[in-house]
Amino acid sequence: MSKIDDDTFIEMKGIGKKYGGVTALDNVDFRVKTGEAISLAGENGSGKSTLIKILVGVEQPTFGQIVIDGKSYSQLSPRLAAANGISVIFQDFSLFSNLTVAENIAFAAQLSEKKRLFDRAATLSIAQKALDRIGVNINLNSRVETLPVAHKQLVAICRGLASNARLIIMDEPTTALTGREVKALLSIIRKLKDSGIAVVFVSHKLAEVLEVCEEVFVLRNGKNAANGPARDFDAASLTKHMTGRDISEAKPPLNIDKAKNLLVVDQLGKEGAFSDINFKLKEGEVLGISGVLGSGRTSLAKALFGLVAPEKGRITLSGNNVPLGNPIAATQAGIGYVPEDRLTEGLFLTQSIIRNVSVSRFDDHQSGGFLNLTSLFDEARGWIEKLRIKAADCEAEVKSLSGGNQQRVALARWLSRAPKVLVLNGPSVGVDVGSKADIHAIIRELAESGMGIIVISDDLPELLATCGQILMMKDGRIDSIVRAEETNEIELAAKLAS
Amino acid sequence: MKMFFLKSLATKNETLVAVVIIAFCILATFSDPLFLSVTTLTDLLRASVVIGILAVAAMMVLISGGIDVSFTAIAVFAMYSTTVLTLGFMPDMPWYCIFAISIGIGAFLGAINGFFVVICGLPTLIVTLGTLSVFRGFLLTFIGSQRISALPPEMRGFSRMMIARGTTEAGSFYAIPWAVAALVIVVLLTLFILHKTMLGRSIFAIGGSLESARRIGINVRGAQFFVYCYVGALSGLAGIIHGAMGRMADPFSLVGLELSVIAAVVLGGARLIGGYGTLTGTLLGVSLIVLVENSLIVVGIPSTWQFVTIGLLILLGTGLPAWQAKRAAAKSA
Repeated sequence: MSKIDDDTFIEMKGIGKKYGGVTALDNVDFRVKTGEAISLAGENGSGKSTLIKILVGVEQPTFGQIVIDGKSYSQLSPRLAAANGISVIFQDFSLFSNLTVAENIAFAAQLSEKKRLFDRAATLSIAQKALDRIGVNINLNSRVETLPVAHKQLVAICRGLASNARLIIMDEPTTALTGREVKALLSIIRKLKDSGIAVVFVSHKLAEVLEVCEEVFVLRNGKNAANGPARDFDAASLTKHMTGRDISEAKPPLNIDKAKNLLVVDQLGKEGAFSDINFKLKEGEVLGISGVLGSGRTSLAKALFGLVAPEKGRITLSGNNVPLGNPIAATQAGIGYVPEDRLTEGLFLTQSIIRNVSVSRFDDHQSGGFLNLTSLFDEARGWIEKLRIKAADCEAEVKSLSGGNQQRVALARWLSRAPKVLVLNGPSVGVDVGSKADIHAIIRELAESGMGIIVISDDLPELLATCGQILMMKDGRIDSIVRAEETNEIELAAKLAS
Repeated sequence: MKMFFLKSLATKNETLVAVVIIAFCILATFSDPLFLSVTTLTDLLRASVVIGILAVAAMMVLISGGIDVSFTAIAVFAMYSTTVLTLGFMPDMPWYCIFAISIGIGAFLGAINGFFVVICGLPTLIVTLGTLSVFRGFLLTFIGSQRISALPPEMRGFSRMMIARGTTEAGSFYAIPWAVAALVIVVLLTLFILHKTMLGRSIFAIGGSLESARRIGINVRGAQFFVYCYVGALSGLAGIIHGAMGRMADPFSLVGLELSVIAAVVLGGARLIGGYGTLTGTLLGVSLIVLVENSLIVVGIPSTWQFVTIGLLILLGTGLPAWQAKRAAAKSA
């Protein structure tokens, strides 16, 4: 970089943060120059959120210094951070969905002027100016709840601009955007940079924004793992620095040719969802089911577990008929289902790990009508160890865990019932790269122990990495069956799109 | 474009309530031609004052994302203790001083709610359920449980102050009391606070998202505390007007009305999740509830059915827009 040191806007030196006995950040350095875009990469739990919270003054560092415009602080407050032009766009955008676009943009700016009366004309002009700066046109008087996600993000950016932001921090900016929207966002980021505003992207999915970035900082386990000019990084090296290991995707297929049939699905059909579904799942087989949204894959997954009642066909498990549309019967027969949206369908977020693991099996832990707490705890600890769940202890709230660890808790619940067939719907949605690889390894281990596994996903590399065969669904029917080792991502993508 | 406009109009609670009101009036006029008269109108207006002021108060709490069920207890507490105080110390106090005392007591009780909600951070429903009981119990135990019909003369005087009075051509008597002006003032003041001050916009913002409001530096505690005090003050006002117009200070009155009031507000489009609510909607909701409570008999429905009717109206009035929104969401997904 040809830029001189005078460009440095913010420098964080030797930042450390401890929560109780846990070290979240250990001697981390971070630097932002005027008008520069920076990627702050790291897996969930790497400390990147903590670093940002310290930068915006929500958390105070245990050690270290923050230098802004040459002035040194040992800690910041939200007000001080805002006064220095540090503005953050949270993943949920922190907008008021009940208020208009104009009010959302201008509210903070109006507040800082300490006005008592609400000035509608000033609100509109502040908002219009901010929108003009990024060259976007959004109806100022529409309510934010009616906007698409990409526009909400723009409103959040404009709110930063209206408050004279010099640094805009964006948390997971691309998660909810389509490819085209990401491109539009990048061109806006370029405009911001040209007008001297620095941007920090915080994400574990950074390849998309790499092209507009000058610098990359990677955190791992609360420490600086790597940093340097963005051109020295690519998706693979980012992943490597974030996880600290090479994640190889290819694995030899499991040999299941001689295995017995476990689950047989015969002529399964449901009006308006899917029809003529026939397939067999062998012991130790991992079967993938894919298809675009609306192809019937999720309905089929739910039907296997009885959450959706098919009108036609039958399901047999080890030769025994499984009643349709009855999740309790399916569970008893030995089918487990880990839903796609574990947050709303699967887990009790505000309850402890131990309760989440044991919730469906209190009967197994009773003696004489009382719960045997010792055996409950032993079991939960066993799963924490086996599935490498990162948590302070088994009484930690599930909501406090990272996405990958939450998914493991959901898995643990089902594994503790020792199902014969496990249906995993989107096993790594919202899970970071390292955890994803771990979950794939767990799937494989389970299959090796003889369990039949069905993975429903639209993440093609995931299907290729875990499955032997993949059923491609289209318009509620099985369009084709492909063997994972005979195909590749490009072919599969073409099949999906066709 | 026109279709879209019609559609958005149809999904609005305000429109729905207005349509029901008009339909009700047409029906009532058919079964009793005398229904559509100045007398009925002024009667209904009189009946709307107290519930109207309380509804405006309840709407403000709903917008801020909370709920208050204690306002009726505050109203009756303020009214009764003001009456006792006035009779005990200065029976000839002018009516506006009596009103000011009642409003002050109401604001103080509201501040107690505010203390628990804002300082202690307790859930609003639980706090106000608790204070509803405490305020009422305290009133009956320590201040009195006797009905007082010999009100201070100025209170009786207020109830006789009329903006307009007269006799219709049909020969029936009508009158618009000054109490109606109180409702108008409350509505205008609340309109000003909610839409013309940063405080009001902050209340909307807090109702929309408490966390976001904190993040952008809104004084959340201050605004919430204001809301509970304001509700208390309005309740004090509604209470004293109720006492004056009924010419009796009854410590057992008003409590029990809170659900009708909240029903009126919800019918008018305010949402329990906070952030939404309009004065137009609230006033329409109040009109409908008052209409049902007072005039159901005119269309030949026994008055014991009014609870059922109000219940059905709530289910329909809030359920229909919610159902439409859900269908629209399912379609776009």
